[in-house]
Amino acid sequence: MKLVIGIVRPEQANEVLEALYRAEVRGFSVSRVQGHGGELDRVETYRGTTVKMGLSEKVRFEVAVSDDFVETTIEALCEGARTGEVGDGKIFVMPLERAVRIRTGDTDHGAVTPVDK
Amino acid sequence: MSALTGLPAAVAGIDTGDTAWMLVATAMVLMMTPALGLFYAGLVRSKNTLNTFMMCVAAIAVATVTWAAVGYSLAFDGDGSLVGGLGNAFLNGVDFAPRSGTTIPELVFFAFQATFCIITVALVSGAVVERMRFGPFLVFAALWSVLVYAVLAHWAFGGGWLQAGGTLDFAGGVPVEMGSGFSALAAALVVGARKDYGRQALLPHNAMYVLLGAGLLWFGWFGFNGGSGFSTGDPSVLAFTNTLLCPACTLVVWFALDLIRGRKVTAIGAATAIVVGCVAITPAGGYVSPGWAMLLGALAALPSYAIIVWRTRTRVDETLDVLAAHGTAGLFGILFIGFFAELSWNGAADGLLYGNAAQLGDQALAALAAPVYAFLATYLLLRLIGAFTPLRASAREEAQGMDVVQHGEEAYATGEGAILVFPDGEPDRPVADPA
Repeated sequence: MKLVIGIVRPEQANEVLEALYRAEVRGFSVSRVQGHGGELDRVETYRGTTVKMGLSEKVRFEVAVSDDFVETTIEALCEGARTGEVGDGKIFVMPLERAVRIRTGDTDHGAVTPVDK
Repeated sequence: MSALTGLPAAVAGIDTGDTAWMLVATAMVLMMTPALGLFYAGLVRSKNTLNTFMMCVAAIAVATVTWAAVGYSLAFDGDGSLVGGLGNAFLNGVDFAPRSGTTIPELVFFAFQATFCIITVALVSGAVVERMRFGPFLVFAALWSVLVYAVLAHWAFGGGWLQAGGTLDFAGGVPVEMGSGFSALAAALVVGARKDYGRQALLPHNAMYVLLGAGLLWFGWFGFNGGSGFSTGDPSVLAFTNTLLCPACTLVVWFALDLIRGRKVTAIGAATAIVVGCVAITPAGGYVSPGWAMLLGALAALPSYAIIVWRTRTRVDETLDVLAAHGTAGLFGILFIGFFAELSWNGAADGLLYGNAAQLGDQALAALAAPVYAFLATYLLLRLIGAFTPLRASAREEAQGMDVVQHGEEAYATGEGAILVFPDGEPDRPVADPA
């Protein structure tokens, strides 16, 4: 099992969702985050005060998957999030020690595999 | 008397009560444009909040200037059939003397009419928000306020062919409501749909702005309709009270339609209903009895509701439904006069129901001519501007949002991670190089 974390542009979040659904990856959580990853700073001006916005809005997908699904998930994240411009985001994959589905007590592989019905 | 008090003698023909009311009414109508900004800004996504509001601010800026330069004159100088003269261009001859046919100084009349031009320009922006570039919009606003609004205002208010032919339009069913609504349809077609339209849910980001905007619009509309008699006389009083009655009935019917269709009464639906009701009574305000005004409000909900439901199923991204709320309800109100106008209430003319079928013909003519002119003129104007400069932002910019791209600001900036830039080049914190 792996935890795949994808940090993407907010405006690509819907594309990523579509790509994940198409790849039949159906369990994930999403949060809004702010970050900085080497993209050009956005310059904004408020009543004469000019600022560089050092942090950009991003959307963070966390997807816990069985090993077979890691590549599919990464491909879906890339497909949905890529625009080719600086600031498209990053994907991190980490080992996942345990997973429990709270409703049933299923663990590990059973817990990260979507149940039909 | 005036020698004793030191006050200047009143200009002959001016009524101070009428003038006092018209000064207030003018300010109330001007307020409707920022109110519309709130209404529209709430309906778009948060990344486009400022740009949407700024289109309304731009209308105040641009349309006021064009109105003072030539718009007012083309609308209200002389009674040419299609367009007025240039005798009042650059406010020439617009002073304290009463505007002919009224008891208020022409300066007040000019300002009152200016606020109508302003809000009509702002209304059209609802069709193109979230993707039209700000620069081309400014050009469009300037040209449209003269080529479309001033012309339609002349037809309906300034002694042009519709008014001369007997069409009744109390407060702007022709230039304001049908003018904006059918222009909005043309603008949406020329500028094109937002890139995610019909593919993703593009939801209003703040229903409270929408409700607040609608409330302020309704308040302002008492000046809009109540001031369109240019006096405190009977027509103004009738229009004022009808502006309360008609939208309330639209609200009630809209609630019912919402309940039938979705089993819940929606807040954004209610805000829309307020606007639809105010629009419907705009042309008819001073011409129909309070009872018929209530019927008008109730009936006007139906076509507008139907068009909103239908429009969202099409590829036409007329984003904020200016056609449904303004074009349709304005057209409905114009035609309604043809049936229900009552000489004993308005002192002008009867409608079909009271034996004057010709009035319906006059109203139908306006309901045909105004949409056709507004649609065609706007279509050609935007095609022309589009031949010189792109009308819309790139897909990439649209994704980022028009606030940052067009204005370099955000409506909801947190300031987290913001680094001050010193104009004299003081060293700022190191930032990563762009890759």
